[in-house]
Amino acid sequence: MYRRNALRLYKQKRKQMKTNLLPAIKLTLICMVFFMGIYTLLIYGIAQFAPNNGKGFIIESKGKKYYENIAQKFTDDKYFWSRPSAVDYNAASSGASNKGPSNPDYLQTVQDRIDTFIVHNPTVKKAEIPSDIVTASGSGEDPNISVQAAKIQVSRIAKIRNLSETTLLSLIEQNTEKPLFGLFGPEKINVLKLNLALDNLK
Amino acid sequence: MNTEILGIIVIFFGTLALAYPLGKYIAKVFAGEKTFLDPVFNPMEKFFFRLSGIDAANEMNWKQSMVALLVINAVWFLLGMLVLMCQGWLPLNPDGNPSMTADCAFNTTVSFVSNTNLQHYSGETMMSYMGQLTLQLFQFISAGTGIAACAIVFNALKNRTTDKLGNFYNYFLKSCTRILLPLAIIVAAILIFRGSPQTFNGKDTMISLQGDTMHVSTGPAAGMIAIKQLGTNGGGYFGANSAVPFENPDYLTNAVEDCSIFLIATAMVFALGFYLKRKKLAWMIFGVMTVSSLILLAPTVYYEMKGNPAIEKMGISQPFGNMEGKEMRFGPAASALWEITTTNTSNGSVNSMHDSSMPISGMCAMLGMMINSIYGGVGVGFLNFYIFIIIAVFISGLMVGRTPEFLGKKIEAREMKIAMIIFLIHPFLILTGTAISTYLYAEYPHYLAGWLNNPGYHGFSEMLYEFTSSSANNGSGFEGLGDTPSVFWNVSCGIVMLLSRFLPIIGPVAIAGLLANKKFIPESSGTLKTDTGTFGVMVFAVIVVLVGLSFFTALAMGPLAEHFTLFAH
Amino acid sequence: MKRQRQTKLFEPELVNEALRQSFIKLNPKILFRNPVMFTVEIGAVVILGVCLWILSGEKSQGSFLYNFIIFLILLFTVLFANFAEAIAEARGKAQADSLRKTREETPARKLVNGELITVSSSQLIKGDVFICETGDIVPSDGEIIEGIASIDESAITGESAPVIRESGGDKNSVTGGTKVLSDKIKVLVTTKPGESFLDKMIALVESATRQKTPNEIALIILLAGFTLIFIIVCASLAPFAEYAKTAIPISAYISLFVCLIPTTIGGLLSAIGIAGMDRALRANVIAKSGKAVETAGDLDTILLDKTGTITIGNRKATNFYPAAGIDEKHFVKCVVLSSMADETPEGKSIIELAGINPLSYNIENPCFIKFTAETRSSGINYNGTRIRKGASDSIRRYAEKAGNAYTDEIDERVKIISGNGGTPLVVSENEKIIGVIELQDIIKPGIQERFQRLRKMGVKTVMVTGDNPLTAKFIAEKAGVDDFIAEAKPEDKMIYIRQEQQRGKLVAMMGDGTNDAPALAQADVGVAMNSGTAAAKEAGNMVDLDNDPTKLIEVVEIGKQLLMTRGTLTTFSIANDVAKYFAIVPALFIASIPALQALNIMNLHSPQSAILSAIIFNAIIIPLLIPLALKGVAYKPIGASRLLRRNLFYYGLGGILAPFIGIKLIDLVVALFI
Repeated sequence: MYRRNALRLYKQKRKQMKTNLLPAIKLTLICMVFFMGIYTLLIYGIAQFAPNNGKGFIIESKGKKYYENIAQKFTDDKYFWSRPSAVDYNAASSGASNKGPSNPDYLQTVQDRIDTFIVHNPTVKKAEIPSDIVTASGSGEDPNISVQAAKIQVSRIAKIRNLSETTLLSLIEQNTEKPLFGLFGPEKINVLKLNLALDNLK
Repeated sequence: MNTEILGIIVIFFGTLALAYPLGKYIAKVFAGEKTFLDPVFNPMEKFFFRLSGIDAANEMNWKQSMVALLVINAVWFLLGMLVLMCQGWLPLNPDGNPSMTADCAFNTTVSFVSNTNLQHYSGETMMSYMGQLTLQLFQFISAGTGIAACAIVFNALKNRTTDKLGNFYNYFLKSCTRILLPLAIIVAAILIFRGSPQTFNGKDTMISLQGDTMHVSTGPAAGMIAIKQLGTNGGGYFGANSAVPFENPDYLTNAVEDCSIFLIATAMVFALGFYLKRKKLAWMIFGVMTVSSLILLAPTVYYEMKGNPAIEKMGISQPFGNMEGKEMRFGPAASALWEITTTNTSNGSVNSMHDSSMPISGMCAMLGMMINSIYGGVGVGFLNFYIFIIIAVFISGLMVGRTPEFLGKKIEAREMKIAMIIFLIHPFLILTGTAISTYLYAEYPHYLAGWLNNPGYHGFSEMLYEFTSSSANNGSGFEGLGDTPSVFWNVSCGIVMLLSRFLPIIGPVAIAGLLANKKFIPESSGTLKTDTGTFGVMVFAVIVVLVGLSFFTALAMGPLAEHFTLFAH
Repeated sequence: MKRQRQTKLFEPELVNEALRQSFIKLNPKILFRNPVMFTVEIGAVVILGVCLWILSGEKSQGSFLYNFIIFLILLFTVLFANFAEAIAEARGKAQADSLRKTREETPARKLVNGELITVSSSQLIKGDVFICETGDIVPSDGEIIEGIASIDESAITGESAPVIRESGGDKNSVTGGTKVLSDKIKVLVTTKPGESFLDKMIALVESATRQKTPNEIALIILLAGFTLIFIIVCASLAPFAEYAKTAIPISAYISLFVCLIPTTIGGLLSAIGIAGMDRALRANVIAKSGKAVETAGDLDTILLDKTGTITIGNRKATNFYPAAGIDEKHFVKCVVLSSMADETPEGKSIIELAGINPLSYNIENPCFIKFTAETRSSGINYNGTRIRKGASDSIRRYAEKAGNAYTDEIDERVKIISGNGGTPLVVSENEKIIGVIELQDIIKPGIQERFQRLRKMGVKTVMVTGDNPLTAKFIAEKAGVDDFIAEAKPEDKMIYIRQEQQRGKLVAMMGDGTNDAPALAQADVGVAMNSGTAAAKEAGNMVDLDNDPTKLIEVVEIGKQLLMTRGTLTTFSIANDVAKYFAIVPALFIASIPALQALNIMNLHSPQSAILSAIIFNAIIIPLLIPLALKGVAYKPIGASRLLRRNLFYYGLGGILAPFIGIKLIDLVVALFI
């Protein structure tokens, strides 16, 4: 009796397997082909019509290629600095500080950055420093800074490069990216483009 | 008006407006009505079903549907484990990334099969292209599973008595092909033309302007990003998710991606209205969701734009508010909007680091996940909301002196039991998970010192957030949490994700299935109408009170304590 | 005159009994049935343990006095809840006892093999036959099988006017405890001892056998869910506190837990249920189950007999219309003769209208033709004359069969009468139509308002009448019912109920006759009149002692009140938790997280006073709400959405605000002592 029950149960299970498991496996295989393969290739195909064939936007300057959207490390005083990066601008391993707003270590780090900034830019008043230039970005690869963050670096760069501040300010003006359609989102500056323009001034 | 505020208003309300026609389309797909994409998909789906030996016209009852759902998910789980633990040897691995450890593969597989996309790995260094593409597959099919479960519930809510609730495979495949796929192609195309990569080349090496050597990760990212947003998956291609410029190049892509986060989830609500021809009911649900969403959004935007008082004390200016962990091209307002939309829905992708946002913002994000049905995950968001409706119907039915009924079906002890269990799972998993981890941390502070990236209340929030995110199948994190190499976090979060994925699908489907089998009672003037503003207020109150009462202590210990301390002086 | 109803909620006698019971109910075995209060009792025991621990020298748990006060408050929380249940039970029992007095042992004269044996009433079993004569108390429920008697039923119904009960027909039932005022009857016992309706009702009120209704079970699940949430919340607080390096004494955990779990509704839930049954009893309705009362609140459709419910008593003859060429006197004579043996009120009213004693005609060898459902006419045959009166169509058929015309004149008259809501009776003499009698219904005053009220509740009223559709329509419109069944045969009720039920509606009907029994059984709520036959009473799930057909309206309201009281108090109880959180959570962390004092929005005096105030409020809200639980939340037929808005405002918003005020006030007092 028990064995017959077990047999029935087994048969039921087998039937269930047949009704569910095989279709599930087959459907999964089809989905693999379709959503891993065909979909990816389709998007890849679309990418071939995009700038730089979908390998990211590139800026060429003096025969060299740079990724337009990826921040570069600028520590020289002669360049506009990027925002701080928690991963040291490693574009192969993006990341952020993930420090909470009340974390004393974090606040110390920010304080240190402010102090360093003041040392390098002695003419700048503390109240003029916008927070974006002393706080780490989300990706560690933020290519942008605010207009204000560029402007407070003008006097330092002008001094080192022997340029007039007005030239630099108009350079900033030219490189300011307006909000989307002039209406949506913040104004910003691509540091790489600004620095390339700076190098190309002469 | 401020361009940042204007930006988020357009993104938010623009998405809601887009959701309406999409909802109409989804309702047609579920009902099997004619749509303009039929010429493409009809032959394709027929072919797929024939290959896999499925009779899509064979209607299932709720139990059969759930068995089918669980079996196919089990197959995916095995597939995921296999690929991730062997990816080091499998093809499409140009960067030579290693195979995953068992616990990390378990966490990642569960995470992606359960539509959570909690990432205890870094995409660039721990995942091969093969692995990424497998995850991309999961992003389609796990979202399709959620939508299919929701379609079963929609079907069960019709005015009739039956146990035949359509065919799970049919709903599943159509959700993937007719809803997710076309939208994913559109979004991916926009991303590519704005600078996201879709390539099979490995890491690129170049010399920076300043003369440093740089490695830049790329890959077949755009396709995955599109579906991770649309399917409320959230698992990005790169480690820092949509904060990475390749993943989210500018304000326009940010708008498109943020829209994709809650577009389908919102559309599901309208789809309900069109499908059942109960548009007023859909507007009621939509209203409750939108009001809740705005209530969470407003303080988040306010505090992010206002900035950090501790930094203000240092004497610098915060014209853009709290910028730590944020990208300049989005600014604090769009980051705040994203933070709320991604946690309201079970998406979990990020364009700023939630760990570094203000305490109140973190709390609002957690509340979104604790409610987990303000639009919610695709399909499953409505299922969660359905549980709240059942509880609200029950209490308000009693309050007007009538045995509670929803859409003509009586809610009785059995349905209440399921609804309460499903509601309980969420606080149970979050609070016990957090309790265990805080206990361990308090007992072994030195041994587990690497767990927390922040001390005190914020450290508590990190643990609370991790379990909330796991249990909400969200996947975002207070990423400072040292979860990447930890077996504890991999396994505990994996279990939480599994339970909180499948039980909250089975529960609502079971309730709907049981109700569908009951006698239909036509409305009379004594019936409490569920498509009114009054009932909307009731549902809202039930959500606020239930969630508030469950999580008040935890939120007080973490974000509230941090907030009041930070703003004390 | 109705039996005097208790108007005071707290009769001293009842209070004494309830106080005693509230201590007896502390027994965990009894309290276990109420999971919410059971957990409070466990909490109290734990605190008592803590008190003993402190006495043995433990220092970390605060002072003994403080812990002991908390213990007392928790104990009182349980006692208050027990008291609520006990007072409801006591009131129900008192009500039932006054009815039970009628069940006291009375001698019964049992008929055994043709001999009379005097036995005690409790020895009567189903199937026994006994005899009652003038002055006897009827010893048991039964059916008269022989004889007719006038009976004083005031012990049961409070109605002092005697009623006539006779064998055969629908008025053959007698109830134990009533008194025979005249004549002699032979009665067949129809119920087993201890199973009469009254016995069932008494058992229902005494909670020991009280079955939980489906709604109550669902609500208990909801409350158990809430209790579980708060177990998780309080248990997880321990490691949280450890992380925050805060020492929280056991008393604080228990206090927080007890405050959060829905003690208010948990304590009052069974009281509400019992009070609902009690209210039904007060309305002189005996319900066979609590479920029947609850179902009454959900009714969609009510079937009401026209006669006696919508119209006063019976139709009366108001006019005679002889046909053209028929002498009026002759017509009246025929009419009177045909009604001679007609004992129906209509028949009597015809003779009354004519004002002639039928015996004055000195008819010989009359042969009376009884009314049957087939012929739908009655009459008399004498000396070769055949007089018939009956429904127009049946007399028409009868006349036309014999080759006589149904004239236009008669047809028109019939239509005029029907159109005015009257009932035409056509009279024929030797198969020739000689005229029409007009019968008119008189609608009960105030009935329209009652139907209006039912309509607002969402209940559809259906009038059942034997009248033709035209008449029925007129009366239906005049009385304001929603639908009618005209020319109803007994099975029509059944068909109508089935139809409604198939469309998912809940249907109630009242009935008294044996032929109503199937429909009473089919209906979701079947209310049998106490005067009705045993079969009818057996088939229904409620018995109306007053024999008042409009009682259904009251029953519906009682059912709704029962659910509403549960719903609103649940909402109130849960809404209360908001304030309690704001009282206790800042108090727990005053030392380790001082910033959380921002949450102390009530500005409570000290952590200890905050906790005490919260649990005191939690305890005293239970006795404060006992009157509401017993009386029930007032039902107003203003539509479901408006009712929800109203209750949500009073009990939801009120439930959030009340404890803020209450706890603050208690804190002001407590602060004087700390």
